[in-house]
Amino acid sequence: MPKTYFTEDHEWLRVEGGVATVGITDYAQEQLGDLVFVELPEIGRKLAKGDTAVVVESVKAASDVYAPVDGEITEANGTLSADPSLVNSAATGDGWLWKMKLANESQLDSLMDEAAYKAHIG
Amino acid sequence: MTGQDTRHLPLEDLHQAAGARFGAFAGWSMPLTYPAGVMKEHLHTREHAGLFDISHMKLFAVGGPGAAALLNRACPLDVGAMEISQSKYTFFLNEAAGIIDDLIVTRLGDDRFMVVANAGNAVEDEKHLLALAAAFDASVQPLDRVFLAIQGPDAWAALARAGIETGSLLFMHGIEPRQNWFMSRSGYTGEDGFEIGLPEADARDLLAKLLEDERVQWIGLAARDSLRLEAGLCLHGQDLTPEIDPASAGLMWAIPKEVRAAGQFIGADALRSILDRGSSQKRVGLKPEGRQPVRAGAALIDADGHPAGHVTSGGFGPSTGHPVAMGYVDAALAKSGTKLFADVRGTKIPVDIKPVPFTPHRYRKG
Repeated sequence: MPKTYFTEDHEWLRVEGGVATVGITDYAQEQLGDLVFVELPEIGRKLAKGDTAVVVESVKAASDVYAPVDGEITEANGTLSADPSLVNSAATGDGWLWKMKLANESQLDSLMDEAAYKAHIG
Repeated sequence: MTGQDTRHLPLEDLHQAAGARFGAFAGWSMPLTYPAGVMKEHLHTREHAGLFDISHMKLFAVGGPGAAALLNRACPLDVGAMEISQSKYTFFLNEAAGIIDDLIVTRLGDDRFMVVANAGNAVEDEKHLLALAAAFDASVQPLDRVFLAIQGPDAWAALARAGIETGSLLFMHGIEPRQNWFMSRSGYTGEDGFEIGLPEADARDLLAKLLEDERVQWIGLAARDSLRLEAGLCLHGQDLTPEIDPASAGLMWAIPKEVRAAGQFIGADALRSILDRGSSQKRVGLKPEGRQPVRAGAALIDADGHPAGHVTSGGFGPSTGHPVAMGYVDAALAKSGTKLFADVRGTKIPVDIKPVPFTPHRYRKG
C-alpha cells in the first residue's frame, strides 16, 4: 500500500517499495500558473535533500523543484516534454515529475501527511 | 521597497471580486492573473478584448504658453509640428542620451499636452519634468485618474456597446471625450485598443457595462508582459534603462529627422555622437529553439563561445506557441538569422536573431 507524504515546499511523494514518485501539489501548480516547460533530471543522478531536481517554467518564471529526500533518479516523466500542462491539469497524477530510489527512508519521518499539509497551506 | 509602502489600486475591490492573484510591481500591488490563467488571458486578448487596470501608470497634464518648448527640451520631439489629437511615442533622455523613461505624449490643444509615463519611473519623471518646467512658462499637473486599457479586435465594439464611440479615432491619437477623461487609441499588446484615463466613479460605471459583455475579460500583468513581448514592445527597467540610448534600442523611428539633426532636447549632443560613431550593441528579437524559455539576464554567446550580449526580456509566447525573447547583442551580430546560444543554468540553448514583432501588429491606422 503506497503512502503519500508532503513537504513544506509543496511537493508530494508517493512511496512504494523504497521508490518515491515525486510531483508538485495542486496548490503549487496553481501558484505557478500555466507551465510551458519542464527541465527533467537525468536517470541515475544522485540527489541530496534540497538539491534542485527539476526546473518548472511557467509563462512568466522558472521555479526550482527540490529533492525532498536523498536518493537516485530512476525515472523522469518524459510525457511532460511534449505536454508540460499535465502538471497543471493532473498535478498529483499524470503530472508527476520523477521517481527516485530512496537512500534513507527514515528521512520520510520528517515529512507531512495529507492532513498536516492541508493545515500548512491553510 | 517595503510592504508598508505598497500602493493599492483604487479598483482593488473589483479585482478581488474577480478572483485576481496579486503581486508586487513597481511599488504597487497589482493583479498578476485572474482565475482563467495567463495563457487563456493572453489568447483572449488576441481573439476578443482584454481589460487591464493600468492605474499604476501616471498621467501628467502639461500646459501653458511654454508647454511646447518644455516638451521639446524634455523629449526628442517637435511637439509644435504635431496635429491636435496626435500621439507620439517618445522618451525622457539624460545628458548621455540614456532613456530615463519611455512615454506617450499627446497634443490635446494649442498649448495643452498629456504625458503618459511608466509606474516604475513616475516619481522620477515628475521631479524631472517639474525641475525643467521652472525655466518655461508651463505647468505640470500629475492627474489622479483610474487608467484602463481595453485591447484586442473586439475592443472598439465593446466600447461602442458601453456607449463610447471610437469610430474616427485612429492609432496613436488621443482625445478628451468627456470632462476629465483622456482616451487614446494605443496600447501595449500589438492589438487594436484603447487606453482611457478617467475619474474613479466614471470608471466604475464604465466597467459595470464593459464586464457585462462576454467579449471582455480582465487580464493580469503576467499576460500584459507576454503580450507586449510577442509584440516586440520594450519594458523600461529591462529592455530600456538610463544606460541605453534610443539608437542602440532600435527606436530612432520615434525621433523625427529634423529633431535628430537640430533638436535642442536633453541628450541631443550625446545622441548625435552615438549616431556618428555607431552603437556598440543593438536590441534584437530572439527565438530560442525548442520549448525552454530563455529569460532576462541570460548571457548570449556566439558559436565560438565568445560573449555576444545578453537577454533583457524572455518568456513563452502563448500566441506564437514557442519561447520569445529580446536582448542586446554586439552590433556586428545584430542581423536577422544570426545564430547564438543562451546560457540557461549551464545549458546552451540555440537562439536565432529574429525581427520583432513575433506576432503581427494589428493597429487601426486608417
